[in-house]
Amino acid sequence: MTTRLEVNKTYKLFIDGKFPRSESGRTIAVADARGRVVAHVCHASRKDLRDAVSAARKALPGWRNATAYLRGQILYRMAEMMEGKRGELAAALVVGGGRPAAARREVEVSIDRLVAYAGWADKFAQVLGCNNAVAGPYYNFTVPEPTGVVAVVAPDAPGLLGLVSLCAPALCAGNAVVAVVGADGGQPIAAAVLAEVFATSDLPGGVLNLLTGTRDELTTVIAGHRDIDAVLAAGVSADQARVLREGAAENVKRVRVLDHKATGNKGAKVTRGEVDWFDAAACESPWWIEPVVEMKTIWHPSAA
Amino acid sequence: MKSLPARTVDAVMLEQRAASFRTRSIKTTAKLAGLRLAMSMVDLTTLEGKDSPEKVRALCRKALTPGVDHKGRPLAPVAAVCVYPTLVAVAREALGDSGVKVASVATGFPSGQYPLAVRIEDTRRAIRDGADEIDMVISRGAFLAGKRDLVFEEIREFKAVCNASASIGGDAPAHVHLKVILETGELETYDNVRRASDLAIEALLVDGGDGPAGTGFIKTSTGKVTPAATMPVTLCMLEAIRDCFLTTGHMIGMKPAGGIRTAKDALHYLVMVKETLGDRWLSPDWFRFGASALVDDLVRQIRKQGCGKYSARYDYAEA
Repeated sequence: MTTRLEVNKTYKLFIDGKFPRSESGRTIAVADARGRVVAHVCHASRKDLRDAVSAARKALPGWRNATAYLRGQILYRMAEMMEGKRGELAAALVVGGGRPAAARREVEVSIDRLVAYAGWADKFAQVLGCNNAVAGPYYNFTVPEPTGVVAVVAPDAPGLLGLVSLCAPALCAGNAVVAVVGADGGQPIAAAVLAEVFATSDLPGGVLNLLTGTRDELTTVIAGHRDIDAVLAAGVSADQARVLREGAAENVKRVRVLDHKATGNKGAKVTRGEVDWFDAAACESPWWIEPVVEMKTIWHPSAA
Repeated sequence: MKSLPARTVDAVMLEQRAASFRTRSIKTTAKLAGLRLAMSMVDLTTLEGKDSPEKVRALCRKALTPGVDHKGRPLAPVAAVCVYPTLVAVAREALGDSGVKVASVATGFPSGQYPLAVRIEDTRRAIRDGADEIDMVISRGAFLAGKRDLVFEEIREFKAVCNASASIGGDAPAHVHLKVILETGELETYDNVRRASDLAIEALLVDGGDGPAGTGFIKTSTGKVTPAATMPVTLCMLEAIRDCFLTTGHMIGMKPAGGIRTAKDALHYLVMVKETLGDRWLSPDWFRFGASALVDDLVRQIRKQGCGKYSARYDYAEA
């Protein structure tokens, strides 16, 4: 009798709707809580990030010009597909060091977060935009438009929820996203599974790109890349935050760096500037969309 | 016309050899030199029905200063601007005596399906308006039908028109270069590409291979047919040029056109030229790229080499 060989998955990058390996050929070993190596994930390089930004730039016009209603539907579809992969996502989080119950909860909250932003897609403009009273015969109004290509630097913990919470508002507003997940301490396997989920969610290729690598290396490239329009980062070190802000100053990228507390454990104290990722009221607000939109004010002649 | 030896092309080896040029590692100063060389070889092209004088003027400005490096210093101009015959005069005026050449497609571009007299008049008018270079198309229909003598005679005739440019009057330059477009995308096989290359080269040399550098070029495509320039097709044509040089001592220029959009592609082509023909061909006199989008990527990569950072789309003019 023969013993069946296990067929293990190769975790790859997600660029332009495809799953390439890193052009550098590098990988990072991921260990579970007991220190056993469970997988080798791609170690994305400067050139992988460059390719991801090109893909995002190419996908941007289609996504930003899609109706808000369609974007909402696609975000909801992403949540639907995640729901079907709940088990695999939770298992990936457990492999990455999470406890089973906490992992299940993190997946559920992540799905709910996507649903929340699916709802916001055709509504946030009404909240962030406005009519302006002006002294003259004009109808004057302000509308939000997507900033463009947004780089997301996901926190190590909660790896999945943090990633979803940063990407969802940017996608909801019509931005294209290049997300970076730390493979040295974060949840790269869960991120890779998430990419597979999103690849089958009607999301056009290139709108969301996911790279696993080291944050130190990739934040430097993000900071210097002039074709990135905004950066949302969480859980980065003080040095990385400084690199991002300094690099962003050169071509005036928008940068939002969030601190966060390490876990979503009940009872953990939330200090000033920290994000409680599990707090729906705090994390599912249009104020998360506001940093990745630009306000356009229009003066329209009126007959009055 | 002499009967040409029947040279057949080993498609598998040709493609493998062409692919092998993509594996060379070119870094730092060599890369920068290659990028700048590629820039100097570009025929900046616009061949659309909607081309207007203003668009051509904008393109000419871009040809003169394709961009700036990371310190804001202007980059050296490209080799030529390539336009339709009606816009030659506009380009001539915009480029003046800058040294950037005016190239014009003529001879009933892109199909070549017009009476010979019309195509010759087309060519003469473009030269009279000041075209330094004529990009002609061969009659692919005639070639594929086996009427090779006809194609040969036509090329010879257009070459004669170019050689006699001084007698045309108007703004005609003293020397007009002729590029023969084979439109390889319509020739079906590498064997045909090789035969058409040999035929064109022989026709270009029939009145003697003298004259200034680069008076005769062979060119892959019009850019209106897919596939346009590919590395195997270009290699096939380069080998025809090499064999001509080895047997007669005459140099013929080469211009791949269409589909070369990235600086990396351009570097691969330069490697192919160097390893097939040698350093003498690494000059705008003997090698050109027919392209439009390529220039932006060359500027982008030259800046990247300078400062290590990737540029934004708004760092370039869009012409």
